[in-house]
Amino acid sequence: MAGILVYALHDDEGNFNKNSLGAISEAAKLAGELGTEAAAVVVGEIADDACAGLGAYGAGKVYRAKSAPEGLAQPIVDVMAKVIEDEGFSYALFGGGLLGFEIGAGLTARLGAGVTMEVTEIKAQDGKLVAERPVLQDSAIVDVGYVGEPGIIIGRLNAFDVQERDGGSADVVDVDVELSEWSTKAKMVKRGEQRGEEVNIEDADILVGGGRGLGEADNFKLAEELAEALGGAVAATRAVVDAGWYPYSAQIGQTGKTVAPKLYLAAGISGAIQHKVGMQSSENILAINKDPNAPIFEFADLGVVGDLHKILPKLTEAVKAKKGG
Amino acid sequence: MPVAPAEFPPPVDPAEEFVTKPTDPEDERIEVGVAIVGGGPAGLACAIKVMQLLEDEPELTEKLGEVPVAVIEKGKACGAHLLSGANLRPSAMRELFPDLDPSEWPVYQEVTKDAVYLLTRKRALPLRPMPPNFRNHGNYVTSIAKLGRFLAERAEEAGAYLLTETAADKLLVEDRIVRGVRSGDKGRGRDGEELANFEPGSDVVAKATVLAEGTQGHLTGAAIDYFELHGLLPQRWELGVKEVWEVPKPLDRVIHTMGWPLRKAPKYNEFGGSFIYPMGEDKVSIGLVVGLDYTDATFSVHDALQELKTHPFVRKILDGGKRVAWGAKTIPSGGFWALPRTLSVPGMAIAGDGAGMVNVPELKGIHYGMHAGMYAAEAIVDALKRDSVNFDAYDERVRNSSIGEDLYRSRNMRQPFSRGFFVGGAIASLMTITKGAFPGGRWHQHPDADEEMEIDDAASGYPKPDNKYTFDKLSSVFASGNATRDDAPNHIRVQRHVPREVAQTWVSMCPAQVYEIPDEQQDNGAAEVDLNITPSNCIQCGAITAKGGRLTPSEGGDGPLYQET
Amino acid sequence: MKICCLVKEVPDAAVQKRIDPNTKRLDRSGEKNLNPFDTHGIEAAMQIREEGKADVDEIVAVTMGPESAVRALHKAVALGADRSVHLTDDALAGSDVCATGYALAKVLESEQPDLVLLGQQSDDGECYTIGAVVADHLKMPSLTQVIKIEADAEKLVCERQAEYGYDTVEVQLPAVISVGDAINEPRYPSLKAIMGAKKKPLETHATGDVGIEADRVGEQGSQTQVLAINPPPEKEAGEIIEDEDTTETVEKVVAWLDERKLL
Repeated sequence: MAGILVYALHDDEGNFNKNSLGAISEAAKLAGELGTEAAAVVVGEIADDACAGLGAYGAGKVYRAKSAPEGLAQPIVDVMAKVIEDEGFSYALFGGGLLGFEIGAGLTARLGAGVTMEVTEIKAQDGKLVAERPVLQDSAIVDVGYVGEPGIIIGRLNAFDVQERDGGSADVVDVDVELSEWSTKAKMVKRGEQRGEEVNIEDADILVGGGRGLGEADNFKLAEELAEALGGAVAATRAVVDAGWYPYSAQIGQTGKTVAPKLYLAAGISGAIQHKVGMQSSENILAINKDPNAPIFEFADLGVVGDLHKILPKLTEAVKAKKGG
Repeated sequence: MPVAPAEFPPPVDPAEEFVTKPTDPEDERIEVGVAIVGGGPAGLACAIKVMQLLEDEPELTEKLGEVPVAVIEKGKACGAHLLSGANLRPSAMRELFPDLDPSEWPVYQEVTKDAVYLLTRKRALPLRPMPPNFRNHGNYVTSIAKLGRFLAERAEEAGAYLLTETAADKLLVEDRIVRGVRSGDKGRGRDGEELANFEPGSDVVAKATVLAEGTQGHLTGAAIDYFELHGLLPQRWELGVKEVWEVPKPLDRVIHTMGWPLRKAPKYNEFGGSFIYPMGEDKVSIGLVVGLDYTDATFSVHDALQELKTHPFVRKILDGGKRVAWGAKTIPSGGFWALPRTLSVPGMAIAGDGAGMVNVPELKGIHYGMHAGMYAAEAIVDALKRDSVNFDAYDERVRNSSIGEDLYRSRNMRQPFSRGFFVGGAIASLMTITKGAFPGGRWHQHPDADEEMEIDDAASGYPKPDNKYTFDKLSSVFASGNATRDDAPNHIRVQRHVPREVAQTWVSMCPAQVYEIPDEQQDNGAAEVDLNITPSNCIQCGAITAKGGRLTPSEGGDGPLYQET
Repeated sequence: MKICCLVKEVPDAAVQKRIDPNTKRLDRSGEKNLNPFDTHGIEAAMQIREEGKADVDEIVAVTMGPESAVRALHKAVALGADRSVHLTDDALAGSDVCATGYALAKVLESEQPDLVLLGQQSDDGECYTIGAVVADHLKMPSLTQVIKIEADAEKLVCERQAEYGYDTVEVQLPAVISVGDAINEPRYPSLKAIMGAKKKPLETHATGDVGIEADRVGEQGSQTQVLAINPPPEKEAGEIIEDEDTTETVEKVVAWLDERKLL
C-alpha cells in the first residue's frame, strides 16, 4: 500500500482548484484508513509556501514539476507517470473537471491501469480502494474494484468535500521530468477565456436556469422576466452557452460554476449529469420541462411537465401579483 | 350549431401535389427493380417473396439490376410506426416461412382462452355464447412492432435493401404508368425553409412499385385520386389507442369488451370496444378502438381509454403494474365496399391496410396484408418476366382469395352500428351467423368527416391523470419514443381558422395533443377560433385525415419508435 | 491526409437502458444506432475535407464491436466515410476503458492516420475519455470536448471549454481529437449514399490481425471489475404537476414557492 497521489490543478495565478483540494482531503482520509500516505503533484512555477500549504488538507508530500506547463493534460501524464512509477503509488486520484478526465485517461494507457470516472464515493475495503460511480443517467450505482496497481480514480465534480486537517506543512520535492515527444505537440494559445459579459450568479439566492428547451436565444427574455419578478439572476446550461445564447459566466455545471441557491428554477433544462453536478445542492429545485422523462425530474423538488412558453409568462405575472399586490 | 369538418377541407390537392414525373437528371436517379413503399407486414412479406422467387429466375434477377428490391420505410426502423392489437392468424406466416416452427415466430402465445364482456360503469358481464367473430383460438398474440423487425431481418437476409428513415413523398408517373417514387427532403425548418444541412430527396425509379403504406397511405391516397380508384363506398376509419403494461399477475385469456365507456345512444354514434391481450407471462396490452364517425366534438379516444382503466374489472388486471408503452393508429373500417375499384394500375399494386384489407368484425388485417404482399410479389415477378407492367392478375388473385371472401362476408357489418349499440350489435350478430347473407344489399356509409360535430359532454367522464394508472397525452407522446425535433416542418394540412366545433373535434380527437385552441380563445364565446399546431408531437396515427385534414409524411426517421406495440 | 473516425454502436436513445444483473454489463439487446456524438466526428472530417485547406485523401470509419456494429459503419459511410474497418473478436467482449483504448489504438496503428476524430462520449459508457487513452498509445497529442476545429495540412487550432473558460489550443498533426456536439450540425445522408454504403470496402479484423495481445483485452484483460450494482441512494421523491390548465398550475407553483418563503 504505497499511497495515493492527487493531482492539484491551479489557475494561472496559482490558486488551487476547489475540486483538487477536495480530492486531497479525500485522499488523506482514505490513506489514513489504508495505513498509508497521501501526496499531491503540482506542475508549473508554484511557490514553495503555496505547495507546502497543501499539507493543511492532508498531503504529506508535494511533488512539483516546475518546467511542465499547466493547462494541458499530456505533460502532466508524463509527470505523474514518473512519480507513480518511481515512488510506487497505488492510486492516482483526481477531483472533478476536464483535465482530470484527460490526465487520468492518459495514465490508464501509459501504465496499463484500470480507471473509473464520475466517481461519487470511495471506500476502503480489505486494504484496497473501491470506487462507486453512478451509471445510466444516475439510475444505478456500481462498485468498481481494481485488478492490479495502480488504480486511477477520477471524481465527479464536487464529489469530495474540502476538509482542512491539522496536517501541518507538506514537504515539497522537485521532480525533473522529461516530457514525451507528443506532449509538446499541443500548445496553449489562450487559456480560460470568458466569453460574453460578466454576470455574477454565485451570490444570487434565486436562480432561473435556461436550457435548450427555451428554443432560441431570444426566449431567454422569458427567463429574465421571471428572474426579475423573483428577485434573482439568470443562469445557463453549457449547451446554450456553446450556442452563444448566453454568456459563459452564467454557465452552471461541469465546466462552469457550482451554485447552491435557495431556489433553482430550471426551465427547459434536461438535467443531464454535466449540468446537475453544478446545481444539485440547491435548497429547492423547481423544474419545468415538457418531457416527463427528463432526468431533472428525478431530483427536482417540484417538477412541472408542460410547455414553458405558456407557463413562464403566466408564472411571472402570478409572482408579480403575489409580491406586489 | 352542429357542423361537419368536411366543410373545411384541408388546403391540398393530392393528385396535383403528390404525383409527378421524375425530375432528377437521368444519371442521378436511383434505379431499383421493385420499389416497395412501407416496411410493414404487407411490404416486407412482398419483399421476402420477391427475393424467394428470384432465386429461380436468374434472367429476371439480372434485369432488375443491382437492387432488385428496395423497401422504403419512413420510420427509424421497420416496426417503429407499427401498432396493432394483435391476434395474428397464422396462415401467412406458414406460407411465407414453411420451414419455421411457430416457436420461432415473434409471437407471445397461442390463444387458448378468450372472452367477451359487456361493460357497464361498475360491472363486466360475460357475453355467452361468445359472439363468434371474436373467437381467436388458433391465433397468436403478437406485437406488430416486433413482427415488423422480425420480417425486416428476414428481408435483409434474403437480399432486399431496407431504406429506413426515408419517406416516400411523391408518386412518379409518366404517361399514366407508375415509374417509382420520390423520397422526401431532409433538413427543412418549421416553415419549410432549407436549413444548413438540407438534403433533397431523390427519384427512385422502379419497374414495379408496391404501395404497402398501411392506414391512410400517403401515396395510396394520391394514387386513388389521380387514377380515380375510389371504391363503391367511401373509406372510413377507427382510431385505436393502446398501452402495454408490465403486470405482476399473468392474464390467462384474450379479452374483448363492448359498452362502457362508450355511450349507447344513437346520437353519439360511438362504435367500438376494447381489447386486453396477454403478452407472455408478465405483460398485457390494452387498447380502445372507436369509429371516427362519433359526433361529440369533445370525445377523445385516449381519455376514454384512461377512463376504461378505472373500471374495477380492468383495474384488477393492471393492478400493481407499470405502463411501458403507448401509441395510437387508425384502422380502415370501410371493408369490402370501400376497397379501391382495382388494386393495380400499370406499374403499381396496392396491398394491405392502405387498400383497406381489414376484416373489422374479426379485427384481422395483418395476415391479409402479408398474403396480399405475397400475391403482389407473384404477379409482379410473373409480369416482369414478360416485360409487362400489367399487374391485374394481382387484383384478381386478391378478390378470389380469402381476403376477398372474408371481406365480402362481413361487408355490411360496420354500417348498422350508426343505429346505436344494441340495434347495431343485433344486426351484426345476425350477419355473422348468416355469413353475410342477411340482410344483404349494400348498406350506406359516408365519410367520417361528413358527420356533424356538436360540443357535448364526453369529457365529463374523463379522469384527471394520476401518473400511475392514468396519463395525459403529452407524457404519453414521450412514451411512444417520439423524438422529432422541435423545428421540424409542419407535415399536417388543415385549415387554421374554423368553427369552434371543428377545432374542438380535432383537439380532442388527436391522441398526441397536436392541435390546440389558443388559451385566450377557449372561453371567449366566439363562433370561430384559430388552431395552434405542434407537428412535432404527431405520432402519425392518421386520425386527422379521416376527420377533415390531411396527414402527409414527416421527415424520414421522425415520429414514434414503437418497440412492442 | 488520412482521417480515421472512431465510431461506436450504442443502444438507441429511445430504448430504456438497463444493466443485465447476470453479466453486470449493459444489456445491448434492443434497438441500436450510431452513437450521436460520433456523427459530429464524421461531419467534422467531412468539413475539413470540404474546406480544402488540408488535402484529405481518405476518411476511414473504424469501430470495435460485435457483428451488429457493421450497421454503425454503414451509417458512417453513408455520411461520407470512404471505407470502414471493423475490429471484432469474442476475446474483446467485456473490455474496460483500459482494454478498449488499447485495442482501438492497435487497430488505428495499422491504419497510420494523420488525424483521429471521435465523439467525446458515448450514450452508454458515460466515460468521456477513450480519445485520450487511444492518443497516449498512439503517441499523439490529444484534446477532448472540442467545439471548434480549424485545420490545415500540418496543424489544428482547436477550441474547447475547460475548468476556467474557453481554451484555444494549437495541435500538431498527427493528433486525436474528441468533439462535442456543439461543433457542428451533422448532414443527412443522401439516399444514394445510403444505398451505396454496403458496397464500400469493409475490412474485418480479429485481435491477432492487428497485434492485439489477448491477455490485455476482454473481461480477463481488464484492469477494473464491477463488484456490485446498487440502486441509487433514496431521495425524497419530489412532486410532479402535469400542466393541463396553466392558470391552475401556476397557482400551485406560487403556493409552493410561498410555502417555502421564496417569494
